Amino acid sequence: MHFIVAFFLIQYAHSVIQHTDHASKWDNFFKYARIIVFSLVATYYIAESPDWFGWIWNLGLLGLVRFFNQNDDFKSIRSTAQSVLPFVGISMVSDFFEQVFPKFYNSYDQFFQIALSFAFIFCFVIWFYARKQQKVLTQEREERLREEQIAKETKLSLEYLVAERTQELTQQKEELQKTIEELRATQNQLIQSEKMASLGELTAGIAHEIQNPLNFVNNFSEVSVELCQELEEEIDKTNIDDNDKEYIKGIIGDLSQNQQKITHHGKRADSIVKGMLQHSRASSGEKEPVDVNALADEYMRLAYHGLRAKDKEFNAALVTDFDGTIGMVNVLPQDLGRVFLNLFTNAFYAVAEKKRKGIESGQLGDYKPEVKISTKKFDNKLYIRVSDNGTGMPEHVKAKIFQPFFTTKPTGQGTGLGLSMSYDIITNGHGGVLEVDTVEGEKTEFRITIPIA
Amino acid sequence: MNMKILVVDDEEDVKSLFEQKFRREIRGGQFEFSFAFSGEEALEFMQNHPSEVVMILSDINMPGMSGIELLKKIRADHPSAPPQVMMITAYGDAANHDQAMQLGADDFLTKPVNFNELKEKLLLL
Repeated sequence: MHFIVAFFLIQYAHSVIQHTDHASKWDNFFKYARIIVFSLVATYYIAESPDWFGWIWNLGLLGLVRFFNQNDDFKSIRSTAQSVLPFVGISMVSDFFEQVFPKFYNSYDQFFQIALSFAFIFCFVIWFYARKQQKVLTQEREERLREEQIAKETKLSLEYLVAERTQELTQQKEELQKTIEELRATQNQLIQSEKMASLGELTAGIAHEIQNPLNFVNNFSEVSVELCQELEEEIDKTNIDDNDKEYIKGIIGDLSQNQQKITHHGKRADSIVKGMLQHSRASSGEKEPVDVNALADEYMRLAYHGLRAKDKEFNAALVTDFDGTIGMVNVLPQDLGRVFLNLFTNAFYAVAEKKRKGIESGQLGDYKPEVKISTKKFDNKLYIRVSDNGTGMPEHVKAKIFQPFFTTKPTGQGTGLGLSMSYDIITNGHGGVLEVDTVEGEKTEFRITIPIA
Repeated sequence: MNMKILVVDDEEDVKSLFEQKFRREIRGGQFEFSFAFSGEEALEFMQNHPSEVVMILSDINMPGMSGIELLKKIRADHPSAPPQVMMITAYGDAANHDQAMQLGADDFLTKPVNFNELKEKLLLL
């Protein structure tokens, strides 16, 4: 009976512990406990069932209960383990009486046996009950575990969904931001184009209003020069004193010179007005297939020799990088030529200025003026770049270069219409884009992009 | 030979300009200039001096009757003995030129007028 109680107690304790976190820690303990129990049984039978052996069982059981009581890992089975105590107690009392008062024991032998049996049954009833509850608990725990598992899985999938959604949103946000930036850029461009357009109209109106009075200034000053000549001839026919004649002729000469000055400056104003009119007049020309590379090359040389004619000292390297696959492109040749002429003239002016400044300040170093043209056809677009390593532009100049009448050249050297006209030709005439990139004191690059069908 | 020329322009200074530019020719009796400062005035002048004018120099852009309208009227009113009509304008574009020539102009000049060229053309008549 002792063996069965001990065996089942260990078995029960083990099964409970197995479901806790400390299972592995106690595995060995239970193994040894079982071995001890079996060896005790074996010893008991080998020793031919001595009476005193019950004491070993009782002490062992007590020790086991005490051990369970003291160790925190076995908290859950403490009360169940304690159900062994009545059995051990009765067994000990019965053994005690059996050995000390055999007579008394013999006369109450049945009573002891029944008490022991009840204690024994009590043990198992308690264990059985505990086991049942244990099972329910285990079931509940398993269910909870399963629920937790499901919850964990749901949480994981939710987290995944959230992450996915977050990524989508971030991506959308980035796309929107990009779109906004593009819209802003487009808006700025639109404002710029609108400004240009209104200024163009204004320019045309002003030009026409100025043209007529200017014609009179020029015509009258011209005719006055002729009149002065006539007057001089007439004076020779008179009998005025030679001294007086010289004096009068001197005055006439001054007058004539003044008229010539008026004509000269009137002509200057006239060419500006002409430029304005040319600029504002809607191009009536038709687009025709043109070898853009040849056109660019021609105007590059034209601009170069134009500047060389004015300044013999001037020199610059001409670098060409033409895309031979461009072939013929439908453009307005005169207009595009004007754009090339403007861009090249500006580029040559910029490198000449840089050289001049370098000489003035004595910091020329090994500066080599260079003007470069490159063309490229790609994805139904024609890309043209005109770059120079000249003076570059500060930001406030760059912001205004496409405005009519804006010029940084000294009075009389530039009308301030070249780039605004070029802008108009590229954007309105060809549906393209004219942009500029510059680093002050280093370089400038004009980029033309024209869509070609 | 005395060639009568009618100059039509809304700018009154045109008168003294022509008179000075053609001083010698006027003095020499080659040309005789008359001036009208609007299309209406020009038509009135032609009414009062029929068959006198052989050459009309007309501006196109004028307030009231334009040079083109004047040209149409002249061609309608004087179909038999049409005076020579030369148009002068600041708008030297193709559209203006073609329209004037189609309506019967004899020549087309753009401002500012090159007087030497004009003189030669007039002397050829």
